[in-house]
Amino acid sequence: MIGSGEDSGFKKSNTINRRMFIFAAAKAVVFLGIVGRLFSLQINENKKYLTLSDKNRLREARLPPIRGEFVDYFGNRIAKNLTVYQLHVVPEQVEDFKTLIVRLKDILNLSDSHLQELIKKKNKQKPWETLIVSENLTWDEFSKINFYLHELSGARPVLTVGRNYPYNDTYTHVLGYVSEASVEDLVSNETIKERNVPGLRVGKIGLEKALEKELIGTNGVQRFEVNAYGKRINQIDFKEGEQGKTIKLTIDTEIQKYTQELLDNRAGSISIMDIYTGEIIAMNSSPSFDPNLFLYGIEKNKWKEITKDPLKPLLNKTVSGLYSPGSTIKPLVALSALENDVITTNLKVNCRGHKHPLELYGMKYHCWKKQGHGYMSLQNAIKQSCDTYFYEAARLLGVDRLNETAKKFGLGNVVLGKYFNEKKGVVPSTKWKKDAIGQNWYLGETLINGIGQGYIQTTPLQLCLMTAQLANGGHKIYPKIIYENNQENVETIKQKMKLAEENKLEDSNLLSATEKLFKKDEKTYDALYRNKENVKFVLDAMFRSTNEIYGTSFSSRIEDPKYQFAGKTGTAQVKRITEAERELDLKTNQIPYKERDHAWYIAFGPYKNPRYAVSILVEHGGSGSSTAAPLAKKLFKFVIDRHELREKIKKKNIVSADI
Amino acid sequence: MFIQSSLSDKSTFFQKLRSLDYIMLLTILIIGIISSFAMYSTDGGELRYHSESHIIRFVVFFTMMIFISFINIKTWHTLGYLFYIIVLGLLIWASLFGITAQGSQRWINLYFINLQPSELMKIAIIICFAKYYHRIQIVHVNRIRNIIIPILILIIPISLVISQPDLGTSILIALSGIIVLWLAGVNIKYFFYSSLVFIISAPFVISFLKPYQKLRILTFFDPDKDPLGAGYQIIQSKIAVGSGGLTGKGFLKGTQGYLEFLPEKHTDFIFTLFSEEFGFIGSIILLILYAILIFRILRIGSLSRNFFGKFFCFGFGSAIFVYIAVNMSMVLGLLPIVGSPLPIMSYGGSSMLATMIGLGIVMSTKIYSRQLIS
Repeated sequence: MIGSGEDSGFKKSNTINRRMFIFAAAKAVVFLGIVGRLFSLQINENKKYLTLSDKNRLREARLPPIRGEFVDYFGNRIAKNLTVYQLHVVPEQVEDFKTLIVRLKDILNLSDSHLQELIKKKNKQKPWETLIVSENLTWDEFSKINFYLHELSGARPVLTVGRNYPYNDTYTHVLGYVSEASVEDLVSNETIKERNVPGLRVGKIGLEKALEKELIGTNGVQRFEVNAYGKRINQIDFKEGEQGKTIKLTIDTEIQKYTQELLDNRAGSISIMDIYTGEIIAMNSSPSFDPNLFLYGIEKNKWKEITKDPLKPLLNKTVSGLYSPGSTIKPLVALSALENDVITTNLKVNCRGHKHPLELYGMKYHCWKKQGHGYMSLQNAIKQSCDTYFYEAARLLGVDRLNETAKKFGLGNVVLGKYFNEKKGVVPSTKWKKDAIGQNWYLGETLINGIGQGYIQTTPLQLCLMTAQLANGGHKIYPKIIYENNQENVETIKQKMKLAEENKLEDSNLLSATEKLFKKDEKTYDALYRNKENVKFVLDAMFRSTNEIYGTSFSSRIEDPKYQFAGKTGTAQVKRITEAERELDLKTNQIPYKERDHAWYIAFGPYKNPRYAVSILVEHGGSGSSTAAPLAKKLFKFVIDRHELREKIKKKNIVSADI
Repeated sequence: MFIQSSLSDKSTFFQKLRSLDYIMLLTILIIGIISSFAMYSTDGGELRYHSESHIIRFVVFFTMMIFISFINIKTWHTLGYLFYIIVLGLLIWASLFGITAQGSQRWINLYFINLQPSELMKIAIIICFAKYYHRIQIVHVNRIRNIIIPILILIIPISLVISQPDLGTSILIALSGIIVLWLAGVNIKYFFYSSLVFIISAPFVISFLKPYQKLRILTFFDPDKDPLGAGYQIIQSKIAVGSGGLTGKGFLKGTQGYLEFLPEKHTDFIFTLFSEEFGFIGSIILLILYAILIFRILRIGSLSRNFFGKFFCFGFGSAIFVYIAVNMSMVLGLLPIVGSPLPIMSYGGSSMLATMIGLGIVMSTKIYSRQLIS
C-alpha cells in the first residue's frame, strides 16, 4: 500500500498542485478584474457618482420670494406682506393619501365639502404637484400640525408670504391685487416662471401686475440633507432671498381715502394731479372692492356679486373708462379756435333757446338751456357753457384743427403708459373716421364734437392731464404715479417752462434743437400753445365760470383765495335726446339710471398760484354743476390743506436723497 | 518519515504554539478590526446592536479558531462525514422547524444564536469532499461511482438550501464543492459538459425561480430599468462606491450609508459602505489583506503532507476567494444580487462561525502539517 501509495500519492499531489495553479491564475485574473472595476468606479467615474450621491442626499427647497411693498407719498405702507401658515401635501410622497387626509381632517376640523374639493383637486393635478390643503392656518393649527408631524408623513407645514392691503378697497384700482399664479401668468412672465413656488402669489392687475418684475424678489434657497425615506436630516445651507423693491407712489393716502368718501360708492372717478410735476395725488375709481378677498382665492358668490354689479367695480374707470367729455372740452375748443385765429375773443353768437335752435342741413342743434343764453361772448360762453356758441366755434374751427389741439393737450393717448390697461379714447378727425368707420366726415359731427359729444371719447385721467396742462400755462408735463427720487422741484420746472416760453417767443427752434441735443435726458416742458394770451384767456374764463354769478359752478365756489379754484362743468349725454324728451324736460331722478347724463367737473386751484388739477366724473350723476362740482369744492379744501405737509415731506425726501 | 511524524505527534504545546501561522492570524485580526469599524459606521457612529454583537462574535469565534487549531487534523478527518451529516440534519431541521424571516426559512433558533445551517454547509461540504478524495487514488477519481457519489453529496444540501429559498448560499455551496471536485482531478470534460447543460437549462431553471429571484437576475442586466424597485440596490451601491473616490468620504462620513440609501449595509453590502468611506485606497488595502489570507491558506495547503489537509486548504482557500469575488462583484454591479456575505466583514454569526471553523482547520493543518493520515 505504501509503495504504490507513494507513487500514486505523488501523481495525485501533482494533479492537485497543477489544478490549484490553474485556479490560482484564474483568481489573480478575477482579483485584477475587481481592482479594475473599483478603479473605473472610484477614479474614472468618481465625479459622476459623487454628483449622483449628492443628488440622492441633497434637496433644495425654494422659499417663496418676498414681495416688495408699496408705500404712499408719506411712506405709509399700503401693500405689505403677511406671514401665512399653510399646509402642503405632495400626493406622490404620501403612502396613503386617504388616511392622511382623514387624519388631517381630524386635526384641523376640515369640513366635508372642503375634503371633497381637495380630493377633486388632487385628482385633477399631477401627483408630483403640491396640493395646498389649507391656505391659511392659524398659529394654533400650525403648531398642532407640527406636533403631529411624525404621523403625518407627506404633509408639509409651510411658512409662506401673503399680501395684505391695510387700506382695503382704497387702493384697489391703483395697486390691483395678487392671487395665486395661474398657468397664464407662468407662460407670459419669465420671471414668475423662474421664481415660482407652490402657492406663489403674483399681481393680477394694476401696479401689482405691471411692476411684477421689480416687486417679486428672489427666492431664498434652503439646502438640506434627506435620508432614503425623504426625511430631512439637517440643513446644510440657507441662502436668504432678496425682497422685491419697495415702490413709493406719489399718492397721498388721506386724499385717496377722501376721494373715495366723496364718490360714496357711486360709479365714478376722481383724479388729482400736480400741474407741474405731473404727480398723481389721488386716483380713484368707484365703486371699489376689497383686494384682500383675492389672497386665498375669492369665494364664488362674492366674485359673482362683484362681476354682476351694474356699477362695474372691476373697471378702473379713471384710465379704462371711456366717456364723452361733454362741456369740459369747451375750454379746449375755445383755445383751439383762438390759436388757429378762426375766432377772436370778441366774436358774439346769439343763443335763442329751444324754439330757435341752430339749424344746419335740416338738422337742429339745441343748447342745453331751454330759454337760450342770448348774445354770448366767448368768455361768457365758457362761463355759462353755451352750446350754441361752441357749435359755431367748432363749425369755424373744423374737426381736424380741434383734433390737433386736443392731442397736444393729452387727449387720445394713454397718460401713464405701461402701468394700467389704459384706453386711448377717441379724438376724431376726418382721417380717423375714414380709417375707423370708412365714412366721410359730416359737418354736423363737427358741431356736436364742439360740445364734447359724438365720437369723442376720453378717460377721466386724460381730462385731468388736459386741465393740468392748461392750468400750468399750457406746458407739457409728465404724469407719474411712481415717486421719482430725482424729481425736479417746482421752481426748476417753472423756470424751464419760462425758458420754453422764451424759446417760443424767439422762435428759435434751431437753438432749442441744439440745446436738446446736449441735454438729451433732461425733460423739457414744451409750450403747447402758439400764443400764451390765449391760454390765459381760457383760464380766466374758467375762473369766471366758478367764481362769478351765472357761472355754471358758481354755487360750488370758495371765496377764500387760499382755496379758490377755477373749473368747468360738463354734462355728457349718454344717448341722443329726442324731441319728445326735450319737451318733457325731466328731472334727473325721473330718468332711468342708465340713461342719466354723466356729471363731469374739471378744475384747477388755487387760482392765484395753481398747483393741482382735478377731474371728477360721476357716472349717470345728472348735471356736472349739481353733482360733480360740489365734490370739487370739498376736495380742493382738503387737498390744499394737505399741501404744506406734502411740500415738507418733499424737502425731507430731497435732503435724504442727497445724503 | 516515521520519525518526523512521531515528532509532530509528540511536539510540545509551545512548539505547536510556535508553529501557528502568525501572518495569517494577524491578517484575520486586522480584517476583524476593520470589520468592527465598518459595523460601527453602519450603526451610525454608535456602539449599538450590530457593532456590539459583531465584535463579541469576532472575539468569541476568533478564540474558538485558536482552540480548533490545536485539534489534530486527524480528528477532523475522522469526523468529516459525521460533520457533514450533522449539518445536513440541521438543514433538514431548519426546513422543517426553522425560523422564517424575509420570506426565507433558513434559521434554527439555538437560543444563544440563530444558526443558519446553510452557512455551515459551505464548510461541511469541503471537509466531506476532502475526506472523500483523501483516500481515492488518482486513477480511480473518474470512475462513474466516484463521480455519482460526490454529486449526490453535493445535490442533497443544495436542493435543501434552494427550497428555503436561498439562491445565493446554494450557489456558494455548489461552488465550494465543485472547487474540490476540480482539485481532485475530475476530468475536465465533465465540467465542460455539465456547464453546457447548465447554460442550456438555465432558462428553464430561471422559470422555476421565485419572482423576486427572477427580478434580481433580470435587473442585473438593466438596473436603470426600475431604479426605485429591484435595480435600486445595484444603483445605490454603485453610487456609494463610485462617490468614495480615491480616498473615500472619511470614516462615519459615508452619506449613502448613514442616510440609509444603502440596502443591507451591514451584511451583503458592507464592502460598499467600507469602500464609500475609505475609497479606492481602502478597498485595495482590504483586497490585499484578503489576498494575503488566501495566499497563506493555499501555502499551508501546499506544505501539508496529508491529502486531507491539502484538499481542505486548497478547497477552503479557493472557496474564500469565491465568496469574496462573488460578494464584491455583486456590490460593484458585475454580478446579479444574490445573498452572499463577505467573509469576516459581513454581519452574521453563522457565516463568521463557518469561516472561523474553516480557518481553525487550516491552522490545524499547519500545526500538524507533518501528520500522516492513513
